[in-house]
Amino acid sequence: MALEHAEVLRAAHLARIDLSENDAAHYHDDLGRILEMVDQLQAVDTEGVAPLAHPLDATQRLRADEVTETDQRDDFQRCAPQVENGLYLVPRVVE
Amino acid sequence: MHDKTLTEISQALAAGTISSRELTQDLLGRIDRHDKTINSFITVTADQALSAADAADQARANGQAGPLTGVPLALKDIFCTKDVRTSCGSRMLDNFVAPYDASVVEKLKAAGSVSLGKTNMDEFAMGSSNESSFYGAVKNPWDLNAVPGGSSGGSAAAIAAGFVPAALGTDTGGSIRQPAAFCGITGLKPTYGRVSRYGMIAYASSLDQGGPMARSAEDCAHLLNAIAGHDVRDSTSVARGVPDYTEELTAPLSGLKIGLPREYFGDGLDSGVRQAIDEAIKVYESLGASVREVSLPHTQYAIPAYYVIAPAEASSNLSRYDGVRFGHRCDNPLDLIDLYKRSRAEGFGEEVKRRILIGTHTLSEGFFDAYYKKAQQVRRLIRQDFLDAFEEVDVLMGPAAPTPAFDLGAQKDPVSMYLQDIYTIAVNLAGIPGISVPAGFSGQRPVGLQILGTHFAETRLLNVAHQFQQATDWHTKRPAMTEENR
Amino acid sequence: MEWETVIGLEVHVQLATRSKIFSGSSTAFGAEPNTQANAVDLGLPGVLPVLNEQAVAMALKFGLGIHADIPEVSVFDRKNYFYADLPKGYQTSQMYHPIVGAGEVEILLDDGTSKIIRVHHAHLEEDAGKSLHEDFHGMTGIDLNRAGTPLLEIVSEPDMRSAKEAAAYLKAIHSIVTYLGISDGNMAEGSMRCDVNVSVRPKGQEAFGTRAEIKNVNSFRFVERAIAYEVERQVELIEDGGKVVQETRLYDPEADETRSMRTKEEANDYRYFPCPDLLPVVLDCAYVDHLRESLPELPAEKRARFQDELGLSAYDAGVLSASREMAEYFEQVKDLCGDAKQAANWVQGELSGALNRDGLDISDSPVSAEQLGGLIKRVIDSTINGKAAKQVFQALWNGEGDSADQIIETKGLKQVTDTGAIEAMVDQVISESPAQVAQYRDAEPDKRGKMIGYFVGQVMKASRGTANPQQVNGLLKEKLDALC
Repeated sequence: MALEHAEVLRAAHLARIDLSENDAAHYHDDLGRILEMVDQLQAVDTEGVAPLAHPLDATQRLRADEVTETDQRDDFQRCAPQVENGLYLVPRVVE
Repeated sequence: MHDKTLTEISQALAAGTISSRELTQDLLGRIDRHDKTINSFITVTADQALSAADAADQARANGQAGPLTGVPLALKDIFCTKDVRTSCGSRMLDNFVAPYDASVVEKLKAAGSVSLGKTNMDEFAMGSSNESSFYGAVKNPWDLNAVPGGSSGGSAAAIAAGFVPAALGTDTGGSIRQPAAFCGITGLKPTYGRVSRYGMIAYASSLDQGGPMARSAEDCAHLLNAIAGHDVRDSTSVARGVPDYTEELTAPLSGLKIGLPREYFGDGLDSGVRQAIDEAIKVYESLGASVREVSLPHTQYAIPAYYVIAPAEASSNLSRYDGVRFGHRCDNPLDLIDLYKRSRAEGFGEEVKRRILIGTHTLSEGFFDAYYKKAQQVRRLIRQDFLDAFEEVDVLMGPAAPTPAFDLGAQKDPVSMYLQDIYTIAVNLAGIPGISVPAGFSGQRPVGLQILGTHFAETRLLNVAHQFQQATDWHTKRPAMTEENR
Repeated sequence: MEWETVIGLEVHVQLATRSKIFSGSSTAFGAEPNTQANAVDLGLPGVLPVLNEQAVAMALKFGLGIHADIPEVSVFDRKNYFYADLPKGYQTSQMYHPIVGAGEVEILLDDGTSKIIRVHHAHLEEDAGKSLHEDFHGMTGIDLNRAGTPLLEIVSEPDMRSAKEAAAYLKAIHSIVTYLGISDGNMAEGSMRCDVNVSVRPKGQEAFGTRAEIKNVNSFRFVERAIAYEVERQVELIEDGGKVVQETRLYDPEADETRSMRTKEEANDYRYFPCPDLLPVVLDCAYVDHLRESLPELPAEKRARFQDELGLSAYDAGVLSASREMAEYFEQVKDLCGDAKQAANWVQGELSGALNRDGLDISDSPVSAEQLGGLIKRVIDSTINGKAAKQVFQALWNGEGDSADQIIETKGLKQVTDTGAIEAMVDQVISESPAQVAQYRDAEPDKRGKMIGYFVGQVMKASRGTANPQQVNGLLKEKLDALC
């Protein structure tokens, strides 16, 4: 499947990565070749093969419903770019 | 002491011929003198190391010492360490000081080991040469023009350079085994789920696995004893007892059935590597093992499947780096989208962005079935190849990489770089364990023999690797730079 | 043209677990910002989710309560998108293999009839945090205490045909989840939130019209009003030659209108894929059976039993089974007094009136079920008459005594049934009211029945309300007629 330039821009937008036109052209080239390599998969007959999401056939363990955490806000917010009154600040979100 | 194995160091500490403080000071001095050249550490934690060494010496004086008490180690900078920067080799996390320890870090601390610092790595573990690190490339102690391999290149180089006897690495597509091979050390990727991933920064969650890197299989067994086991904080860690991995090290190999996957000896295999592996197989035959050719027919699809699954998981795993709660934030964002886009564009390096973009694209509407679902189906076929092979043989052997360490800057094209992982990547897709042991040289650069076993066959792998190291001395070779102070 | 409304609801119910769905942080409401957001909730590097057993159990209870299919395997997926209050850049949800399959909810309409609304599925997911838009120098503050609170998203089929049906469905879901004790159902605190899909089509047309999704409609009343507004908007639009666009809209309760959201943004692409940090949830049959056996009687079953076994009307049965507290209160009163109809009348009449007047929930009622049951018992055994009973109720409400019996005693409200005593009072009233007696005598016989009321009132007054009204009435009639 050939990769369109617009698809690179769309992926960059979905992934929230700023790309200049120049960057986009460069990535388009790389990604196109990676996808070409990936396209070899189409040659494999996978009819009736169930997808494998985890290498072991294990199932989910469940945790008891207990509160085990204490307030560590100060520790956690020490590495935050911008906080005020315990809130993380971001540019104004308009809904 | 700096070129001794962990096992030897452990014995010396037990015998009292050296204290942990003396050893730690000695190694910190070596790092200080030589790591400007190698660049294997991102962060050296000298103060914490010395107080941990003192605590270990005190514990030993109190008669509370185990095999790792006072043993200096290094941690790949992908493992979160409380109060110490955890960068994951990225500008994104250059200022990130984790508020907690990874489970394996807790375990290593509890075992009394002494961490000297955090080792360099490909950014977010994405790479096979360690050149994608924000902190600069790492040099191979065997040849400063060569890469150490990646992504755990800092850990491998630190061991080879005589900075630490052992270190932790992680392996998503070969990131322990390939740098171990390139740096002439021993590296084990355990079965998926054997070692907790909690606090180990995720690249591709269904493939990532932490494991030991050291100077011998025996060293790896000691480390695995300390870090393996179920963790209630990691749903994918396996609730299964942990054996003493040192117990079977010396079991004889007579009757061992070795399979040589035909696909691992094809075109593109360096002749020096080929020769070293052939020699190693002969050693095994001399130890009583039988050898036969087997086939892993879907091998050629492992890299394509990996480059769908790993970037897809990565694209999602790395969405949390958004400049809001931690990590890099751009200056003067215009609005929220601008904050995201510029923080991420500035914080991530090129290879990381490439993989995020690939993963985002292949998961997006209209492509999911053709890429992601298909890759997961192929993943099942690849796992089945291994399970079928292990019906016939006990272990598989082959080269860990098609070539010895390549020159710094030699692999400019991402796709040809990806193809370097041809022999390691399928192992992660199948979730089986694999170990790379030094098996000679191609030119002046080390060659690694890769040994693979079925799920949870670590005991067997360590036994098979250890017996090789009893019969050969490749693992005792040290690069010239470690001759100093001898 | 006559239009038909088609409505489907996505109801998000916060499950009443103590800790979060994937972490050990508390889910308590109202804590200081970010004090209940741990490393997992914040999506710090390296952390991993572990699934809460109670979140699973509660989701399953709901599934069993609506007689849904319970698949053996369910899987968590990641829904990828960036938003300020979504810490990891994805929401862990269930796209392809939800924990609860197709089921049914019976709703009760005002006319006493009921209707089945099909539930397409219900899935578990994690809640997001909250964005606070107060003025932080023109910035938005993010509180992630709510992030990771377990949600059950219940997705209906487009089976509702009016705003009233939608509200009735939401009430039915509310009563099921509160009966099951899996949610506090507190809509004001956001424990239940609702997205409404609305479309219109010409009556008789098979194909659905283009729908609009109205986000976050968070009260029963707003659901009705938002739908009413939206239907009118869509009909007007179409009748004016326009077209409804598929879009997300927001209901503004103050302006009482819906507004388009995110029209400028391109459609989202959530890139769902199975969460690699979580494994498939595989249910054990015995476990599901155990949960099934532990289910309480649910509103629909209770309603049917109230009608069939207790002989209540459909309306009464519906009202009394609407909430678990109401039903439990009613049943306790009924058991104590032994008369379901009397109990129903009192609970819906005197008690509900007083609760409404004072704005109280039944769980906060100053009159306990024991007290009310004891009171009704005294009405039934004629210890007091109806008028006195209301006095006793008022006294209990005001906390003037511990039991009906005690109040009857201290206030002397015991009904006088002694014929001699009543006769004496009747005689006295007749002798003191010659004018009224004369009027009675002169009246046409069919008008006299009405005129007797005056005399009854006088006798009751003389007895301070304690005389048995039937006896008073009988005696008066006898004696007055004898005078004619």
